[in-house]
Amino acid sequence: MADGDELMAVDEGHVACGGDWDGRWNHLKKFLERSGPFTLPDFEPGTEALSGFRNIHVVDMDTIDISNLNRQFLFRSKDVGRPKAEVAAEFVNSRVPGCNVTPHCQKIQDFDESFYRKFHIIVCGLDSVIARRWMNGMLISLLNYENGVVDQSTIIPLIDGGTEGFKGNARVILPGMTACIDCTLELYPPQINFPMCTIASMPRLPEHCIEFARILQWPKEEPFGDGVSLDGDNPEHIQWVFMKAQERASEFNITGVTYRLTQGVVKRVIPAVASTNAVIAAACATEAFKIATSAYVTLNNYLVFSDVDGLYTYTFEAERKENCSACSQVPQDLQFSSSAKLQDVLQYLTESTSLQMKSPAITTTLQGKNKTLYLQVINIKRSLVFSFSLSPSVLVSLTGAELGLADGQELAVADVTTPQTVLFKLNFTS
Amino acid sequence: GMAANKAAKEQKYDRQLRLWGDHGQEALENAHVCLVNATATGTEILKNLVLPGIGAFTIVDGHKVSGEDVGNNFFLSTNSIGKAPDKLLDNDPEFFHRFSLVIGVQLPESTCLRLGAVLWNAEVPFLVCRTYGLVGCMRLVVREHTVVESHPDNALEDLRLDQPFTELKNHIDSYDLDSMEKKDHSHTPWIIIVAKFLEKWYSEHNFQMPKNYKEKEAFRELLRQGILKNENGAPEDEENFDEAIKNVNTALNATKISSTVEDIFSCDLCDNITAQTPAFWVMARAVRDFVRDDGNGILPVRGTIPDMIADSEKFIKLQNVYREKALQDASVVSKHVESLLQSVGKVCPPGYLLIMKFFKCVFIISGKNAAFLRVVRCRSLEEEYSIESVNKDEITSCMDNPDSEMVLYLMLRSIDRFYQQHSHYPGVYDYQVEEDISRLKVCVNSLLQEYGLSVSVKDDYIHEFCRCGSAEPHTVAAFLGGCAAQEAIKIITQQFVPFNNTFIYNAMTQTSATFQL
Repeated sequence: MADGDELMAVDEGHVACGGDWDGRWNHLKKFLERSGPFTLPDFEPGTEALSGFRNIHVVDMDTIDISNLNRQFLFRSKDVGRPKAEVAAEFVNSRVPGCNVTPHCQKIQDFDESFYRKFHIIVCGLDSVIARRWMNGMLISLLNYENGVVDQSTIIPLIDGGTEGFKGNARVILPGMTACIDCTLELYPPQINFPMCTIASMPRLPEHCIEFARILQWPKEEPFGDGVSLDGDNPEHIQWVFMKAQERASEFNITGVTYRLTQGVVKRVIPAVASTNAVIAAACATEAFKIATSAYVTLNNYLVFSDVDGLYTYTFEAERKENCSACSQVPQDLQFSSSAKLQDVLQYLTESTSLQMKSPAITTTLQGKNKTLYLQVINIKRSLVFSFSLSPSVLVSLTGAELGLADGQELAVADVTTPQTVLFKLNFTS
Repeated sequence: GMAANKAAKEQKYDRQLRLWGDHGQEALENAHVCLVNATATGTEILKNLVLPGIGAFTIVDGHKVSGEDVGNNFFLSTNSIGKAPDKLLDNDPEFFHRFSLVIGVQLPESTCLRLGAVLWNAEVPFLVCRTYGLVGCMRLVVREHTVVESHPDNALEDLRLDQPFTELKNHIDSYDLDSMEKKDHSHTPWIIIVAKFLEKWYSEHNFQMPKNYKEKEAFRELLRQGILKNENGAPEDEENFDEAIKNVNTALNATKISSTVEDIFSCDLCDNITAQTPAFWVMARAVRDFVRDDGNGILPVRGTIPDMIADSEKFIKLQNVYREKALQDASVVSKHVESLLQSVGKVCPPGYLLIMKFFKCVFIISGKNAAFLRVVRCRSLEEEYSIESVNKDEITSCMDNPDSEMVLYLMLRSIDRFYQQHSHYPGVYDYQVEEDISRLKVCVNSLLQEYGLSVSVKDDYIHEFCRCGSAEPHTVAAFLGGCAAQEAIKIITQQFVPFNNTFIYNAMTQTSATFQL
């Protein structure tokens, strides 16, 4: 089978035929026009839902890479380098008459409430927990509460799918009503990084040698110029890391450093195949269909799938966490001894499994003024004026009392994991 | 040129090569799959095989494309002036013998059984798939599928602490924990530590391993006592000892052969090696011979150890002890293979890494895989459908829960019956729905009666299977398409373990089940 040269029937697109042709919706009509024993009470026979499904917005900041082509079937070799959202929209618009896909080659974080408010359903196939938490937080921020009860008309359902190799999961989230991403943060264990002392002085695995080259040697030697950071997509960069890793490995009699392993470690590659992605995508699409039509009860609310050994699914109802930092509307309690330092608070925010913040920025109100307690400064060339005129490294070693914080103090914390600040209440024990 | 193409392919397939390796990819690219019926489900399966690089495919489909097909089929069906499967079965059933795998989609029962019989006799694997409303169903029909590389998810380590081989024992003896400086003491691999303290334990417990929770807890305490103390008598920070304590539960398990592997060893095919014996069984017999003659009742050493807190030198040395033993064991296994082949008049290249190209398969036998060998045997469709051999027990026990996926299986069997009697599926046209519900119920009851199944099927399911009018919604077809393609890849690459033998997916509840029928 030639690749790229021969046009497939699907690539030629569909001759514009305006409206629907005879029989187009025959398969679907059975579910839209007939009630049945498993349809929801609010189901109404009719085909209006079909028209809404035609309007789709796609948000993706990525461009197409050759390694996507083993599974991302809307793309061809000729599309490599082009934005995914654009090519996907083009393909679907030409292939499915009447469909109107609008592409946005941007990060999800580039949009605000006014954008997301417009949608009936949001479906995510994101590649990081941080991004999921952000979207989760965004939809929660759209909720209106009246007397502590959520206004259902402000709920936008979120369907979230993810895969890794031969495993995957799909879930349905009704913000404010069912378990959200943060309610089940424990289901996403934090990424384990190798300890620095192992990498620096005690390597045992080929991975340690690769990380040594990536984390220590590259910044020191700047092999491709001043300030040029390691680009996992640049084969020359990977080749450099590979060779340095091999040198280190032979120093310690470690075998197993290969180019493929090097690339895998540097880019944090997750193996992926067409089939698992097809399964999870289909499950998500089925749920979108159910939500739009009430033809069946939606997934309640988490599906796990694996096809390593036979085929296995497990479906369960993830429970809401009473004091979820994202959706419980309750200010989070922070218990610390009065001698604890700001550093301890930061450590808790980043290391607790239920919060897993990345680089929190903490502000609070002191003597009627908003003060920044901590803000991580990375590669910022311009100087930042800190509210205390003290450097961050000194600030974090101060105790609550030294900072002027009282028992019950409210701290507002901002972080990439959430579009809204999270409110914490500081309680001093002892 | 050639090299550029090869490089581009490696890049394109990088994400999947990390799962099934170059040899798995080669198997895929040498395969020729037959798809019967290019419906939405069929083309979804095909898409998921074309994307990873299947070598060739042939579509057998006698239908003409209708407006309805273009409505649910993402892939504009090529016009099919092709032959219908029934015609091929009439005139040229051997047409199907050439394929690595035949995938039959949306087949009426009669065609399915006919095709199944042909493929069973020709020993060609057969995967039956069907999307029916919000229900998906797959049936794998293969006489015997052997797997060397099953890639188990959570395998226990093979550390041999309960019966250390000579080289391991010597290596452990080379350590004297009591005379070590803190730096060395804290960077000694936990395997060594557990081994040393086990020796202590043995001397005080009549050479018996810690067996129950109480004894393991006592052993953990023994380890805790072994942690170095500082000048104030407080325990130092020794992460390697923490690791040792954490691993006590699994590290002290008796090394033994799993029942799965024992079953493989006791198969006829393992006993009687002939010139026609497939490579897998020659290998299995060689491993069995190793176990009985050289391994003291255990498998060849796997040769890998997990990462652990240790300095580089100590870790690498320990790792090499296991690795070298594994290589040694593998070479003994390979000698058994050579002598088995010689005994049936075949010649084989020497060396522990055996490439059995002349048996038409490529794989590596070593301690890495020996513990995880798997064999999947599916019953034929004839056995499943015959009144004498129907799996009544499985069906009735599952139906203790009337909403078990088993009811969906029974419904699919019933609509097949309906089609045989009425030449159409129930509820295809709106005016038929009401009438067909009672007709379908008759089919359900006659099915249950004929097979002597005293179970009851809720009316709701009968109603639903009329309502859906044999529709093939695309999202359900796509789900099944992903599942089926992966099972096909397992059959072709002989890696990972296929299901056995009936998989039912319920998109209404997003649940599934596998039955052995």
